[in-house]
Amino acid sequence: MRSLRVLAAGGLVLVALVLQVALFPHLVWQGIVPNFCLLVVVAAALVRGPAFAAALGFFAGLLLDLAPPADHVAGRWALALVVVGYVAGLMRQDTRPSATTVVATVAASSFIGTSVYALSGVVLGDAVAGSGDLVRIVLVSLLWDVLLTPLVLPGVMRLLTRLEPASA
Amino acid sequence: MPSSRRPFPRLPRDRPARVSRLLRGYRPLRPGPDSIDQRADRSRLRSRMVALVLACLTLMTLDHHPGAHSPLEPARRAMGSMFGPVESATSQAVRPVTAVGSWFTTRRSMQHDIASLQAQNSRLRAQNATDGYARNQLAEYQGLTSTAGTLGQALVPAHVVAYGPAQSFSRTVTVDAGSEAGVRPDQTVLNADGLVGRVLRVTPTTATVLLIVDTESVVGGRVGTDMKVGFLRGQGGLGDHGSLDLELVDQSTAPTKGDTIVTWGSQGGAPYVSGVPIGRVTAVYASLRESSQRAVIQPFVDFGALDLVGIVVPSGTQSDRGVIEADGSLR
Repeated sequence: MRSLRVLAAGGLVLVALVLQVALFPHLVWQGIVPNFCLLVVVAAALVRGPAFAAALGFFAGLLLDLAPPADHVAGRWALALVVVGYVAGLMRQDTRPSATTVVATVAASSFIGTSVYALSGVVLGDAVAGSGDLVRIVLVSLLWDVLLTPLVLPGVMRLLTRLEPASA
Repeated sequence: MPSSRRPFPRLPRDRPARVSRLLRGYRPLRPGPDSIDQRADRSRLRSRMVALVLACLTLMTLDHHPGAHSPLEPARRAMGSMFGPVESATSQAVRPVTAVGSWFTTRRSMQHDIASLQAQNSRLRAQNATDGYARNQLAEYQGLTSTAGTLGQALVPAHVVAYGPAQSFSRTVTVDAGSEAGVRPDQTVLNADGLVGRVLRVTPTTATVLLIVDTESVVGGRVGTDMKVGFLRGQGGLGDHGSLDLELVDQSTAPTKGDTIVTWGSQGGAPYVSGVPIGRVTAVYASLRESSQRAVIQPFVDFGALDLVGIVVPSGTQSDRGVIEADGSLR
């Protein structure tokens, strides 16, 4: 059961990655795509807590860092998504989270994730846009993520809940 | 996920109530009955977070100089070989769908392209069609200019604009130069090939020209080889059928086949100036009854395809158009 959970989460991340790098670039607005990997990590955090979400975030970030179009220093998205998994995991409640909580968590996570990624680029001297562009990119990607939350999060959360050890 | 909020068990000894959630860390989903479980969970989370962040930092350190020498390059390459096909397959599947939007805009711009290309095409076609005509016109003007130089006469250029109908049994044409161009009756009309005719009458803008092939036309001619003179009468045909009869004044001699006939010339150059080539002798008949020689002359001018002609005018004539002077200049 445990391996099934891990496989399911990994599969979700893979699908998210393909959507993010291959499908959504056709629908982009100013080159900014919604961060599906981040959405999956947030969903996992809301369902399974920070430990699982941070590990999943590391995996997803590693994929994002290494999958073909990526050319930045590896580990940047991994760090960003680890942080996102931890912080979003802290939002987990005993009850089924309300829609407002989910949207707020996604917004905060998106902001934190993109910011951590950008700041790590600044620290490492990697290619970073100007500060005005940076703010715009962070805000647009936040908007994207929030817009896609109602489409992505419920399904992913339901799937992860079904595979939860306690209810199994 | 449980459907109702359960009371969070307070831990009176080591947990003050006012610790923020971020510092407190992980609150287990189903808190166990005792605190050891929670503390173990928290420390496990902390160590896992430390491990993950360290792993991230290690990756960044290893990959600090991305490129061919990075230790992560094999991993990147492996990911590429795994994800590349998936990405290209997805992209191929998506492209027809996303292409629908651009189809409309492409169609509109293609329609515009087609319209402009068609316009360009017809313009070029017209240009191509009139190209030969323009070339011929240029050759005619050049011929006329050289004729003016050869004859030593000033010429007013004019275009044939109308042919008299054959039903009226007279071979006349209208040219688009009249009295305003300096044209007067009884002036010689020629083109680059030879003699065309003479001006019968003029209006301000047009002139009627009697062609030498008209049956009424009589031209004084001279055989080029032996300077014998005679009279040429038109036979009334046009084109290849337009021929002239030559009767020599001295009836004891006959022109030979192939001789060139030029104009004899009249007093004051009217109606014909001298020295304009008319045609070539193609056949000679001896009329026994009248004891005279008759020669058939094929004119140099193709009367079925007259276009640009020149009208011989006195040098210095005032004209509404350019006059080709004897030295070839245009005035």
